[in-house]
Amino acid sequence: MSSTIQPLEFNGNWELSPSLESTDHLSLKNQYGLFINGKFVKPLSKKLFPTINPSNEATIAMIAEAEEKDVNLAVKSARVAYDGHWSKMPNKERAKYIYRIARMIQEKSKELSVIETIDGGKPIRESRDIDIPLAAAHFYYYAGWADKLKYAFPIANPKPVGVAGQIIPWNFPLMMAAWKIAPALATGNTVVLKPAESTSLTALKLAEIIQEADLPPGVVNIITGPGTTGNLMVNHPKIDKIAFTGSTAVGKSIMKNIAGSNKKSTMELGGKAANIVFEDAPLDQAVEGVINGIYFNQGHVCCAGSRLFIQESIYDLFIRKLKDRMQSLILGNPLDKNTDIGAINSHNQLSSINKYIDIGKKEGAEIFQLNCEIPSKGYWCAPTLFTNVSQSHAIAREEIFGPVLAIQTFRTTNEVINKANNTPYGLSAGVWTDKGSKVFNLTSKLNAGVVWANTYNKFDPTSPFGGYKESGHGREGGLHGLEAYLNLS
Amino acid sequence: MIKEFKNIRVDKLGIEDRINRITKRSLKRESKLKGLEMILSMIDLTTLEGMDTVKKVEQLCYKATHLHNQFPNLPRVAAVCVYPNMVRIASNSLKESDVLVASVATAFPSGNATLQIKINDTKEAIENGANEVDMVISRGKFHSGEYNYVFDEIAAIKDVCGENSRLKVILETGELGDYDHIRMASEIAINAGADFIKTSTGKISPAATLPITLVMLEAIKDHYYNTGKMVGMKPAGGISNAKLALQYLMLVKETLGNLWLDKHWFRFGASSLANDVLMQIAKQKTGFYQSNNYFSKD
Repeated sequence: MSSTIQPLEFNGNWELSPSLESTDHLSLKNQYGLFINGKFVKPLSKKLFPTINPSNEATIAMIAEAEEKDVNLAVKSARVAYDGHWSKMPNKERAKYIYRIARMIQEKSKELSVIETIDGGKPIRESRDIDIPLAAAHFYYYAGWADKLKYAFPIANPKPVGVAGQIIPWNFPLMMAAWKIAPALATGNTVVLKPAESTSLTALKLAEIIQEADLPPGVVNIITGPGTTGNLMVNHPKIDKIAFTGSTAVGKSIMKNIAGSNKKSTMELGGKAANIVFEDAPLDQAVEGVINGIYFNQGHVCCAGSRLFIQESIYDLFIRKLKDRMQSLILGNPLDKNTDIGAINSHNQLSSINKYIDIGKKEGAEIFQLNCEIPSKGYWCAPTLFTNVSQSHAIAREEIFGPVLAIQTFRTTNEVINKANNTPYGLSAGVWTDKGSKVFNLTSKLNAGVVWANTYNKFDPTSPFGGYKESGHGREGGLHGLEAYLNLS
Repeated sequence: MIKEFKNIRVDKLGIEDRINRITKRSLKRESKLKGLEMILSMIDLTTLEGMDTVKKVEQLCYKATHLHNQFPNLPRVAAVCVYPNMVRIASNSLKESDVLVASVATAFPSGNATLQIKINDTKEAIENGANEVDMVISRGKFHSGEYNYVFDEIAAIKDVCGENSRLKVILETGELGDYDHIRMASEIAINAGADFIKTSTGKISPAATLPITLVMLEAIKDHYYNTGKMVGMKPAGGISNAKLALQYLMLVKETLGNLWLDKHWFRFGASSLANDVLMQIAKQKTGFYQSNNYFSKD
């Protein structure tokens, strides 16, 4: 490869004019209460906190903060609904409600995707094409299982667990709510769900849908608040199961708290996935997969392909292709239909990402960032990659949860398997090769809950998702996702 | 010439995923208008019918230089593309303008003739005034694995073209089957001296598609990375509306970048595309869609 060749230029000649999704169809209140026993109620705590748009720092609405008395009320209402009717209702009747929720999510998909984007900062392209359709798909999928549980678990006499306490993260707010609520309802449990502090709005819109769908009061309760609210749920004696998605640190503390209690748990925690590109891979498509693997949702993805391993023989070519592809990524207003990289979810998260970028530089890795205009307000991080990274660098070991890629090289298959598995995490991995036998060799040797071959970040309700090691336990999605909400004999 | 052609891998689903993403780009206002004007300037206005007549070709040439008189500052199309026996007619009609004359040659569209006939066909087209030659590759030879035959034939025709006539090599992708074949045929054509690689004759369905074009653009990109030499791209057949043409242009922008957003390096082979583009330009400029009866059909 000659170095005298003029680099390709992708910008400055034919720029895209703004193409903003409209917001005038939204129905948002200035203030939201807690959704308990089928009604929106004022918090007994009398406390409110703002939820802001991370792309411009404007307050969108005030959200209620649930404290002990509020949590008690929510759990009590779930308990009464469980004992009173929901667990005894014929399974096919439960299915009707779940189907109804799925249909209503589809009907309101435009509004939901716009709210997801203004509250969380993710590009409208993603909330419109991925988050909201997948949320609906999960409700449809689990509605279908509701009356087939005995078929799914023959001679195991499947029984619901009871009241499920569900704590979800801010990276895929509505989708995570769907992943949690749909299987819980299909299996006859009742729910107390807490969305993340910075992204409560679509869960509250889901509460409105649930109300409109006439789901019996108390079957789903949605309470909002910070980590302390979640803590109250974790320690609540009347909750039978904790389903948590979030950081490994919080997951560990939850497991300590519920140790010795009778609570069941599923934990979907952090990750530091290896995305492995072999010399015999379809390179341009692998580039696309690497981009999608790390820059999807600004890298706020637990299964993000944040460690890239490139076989040395194709290293220079691959880096060149990757840098050229990055030039056509568009960072900006998340409501613009052409935006690829939206806003970082919160000020805290941005500080944490920037801290890692500084560490990466100090450790001696070489940084490359997309040269783009950063909006003056809001929280933004240009897509970033580091080359000359070693396995012992912090940026290769710790979860950054941002658009930051750490790139290493490898020579042989065994070497890359060792390096890929040399992490406390084990959520996901990607393998790029044209050779089928190589794919199967790696899928059986990588310690990861999900291994994608020649693609990345593909989700489907029929496919179980979850991790090994410090990435958690239990599975969501598919048949396995039912098991997490059932007692089997 | 003995040359080994390495099979560069292409992943079908990955290619199609990329296209799904490109087609979601939203073009509005100024960017749309600029895109539409670029498309006009990149069209090879084409008539390749058994029933082509002198009058038909003359009418097409007039259209090429007078796209839509209501908007005087529109760019002209890049070229008029005709059969070799119509080259002189086109060349005379266009001599006052900067619109080029492109001629298909080499026993278009099947390419089933001897090399000598193909050479003569090409020579005649150039002598009659063709600025550009659109040749077809021997697909039968390609499928029988005679890659060097295909390579040598392209090289021989490029010799006839010399430096002054640019050679577009039609792969006829609809007859090649898999993306891997299309990628390999692109490599052969590029290495044998093609100035442009072109998808289709327009006589076989499917003709040009976005995924096929992406596979070919990637071959062009790798060649540029290796040698610094630019090769042009011409999707042809089946691109009849402005929306689709804009998606092609976006694909070029995001795959090869600014250098290729120019009629010297990118063309559309189309007969009815121009009118749809004109209609969209009229909409952008006046705010209203006009009846297609306001746009001349030649």
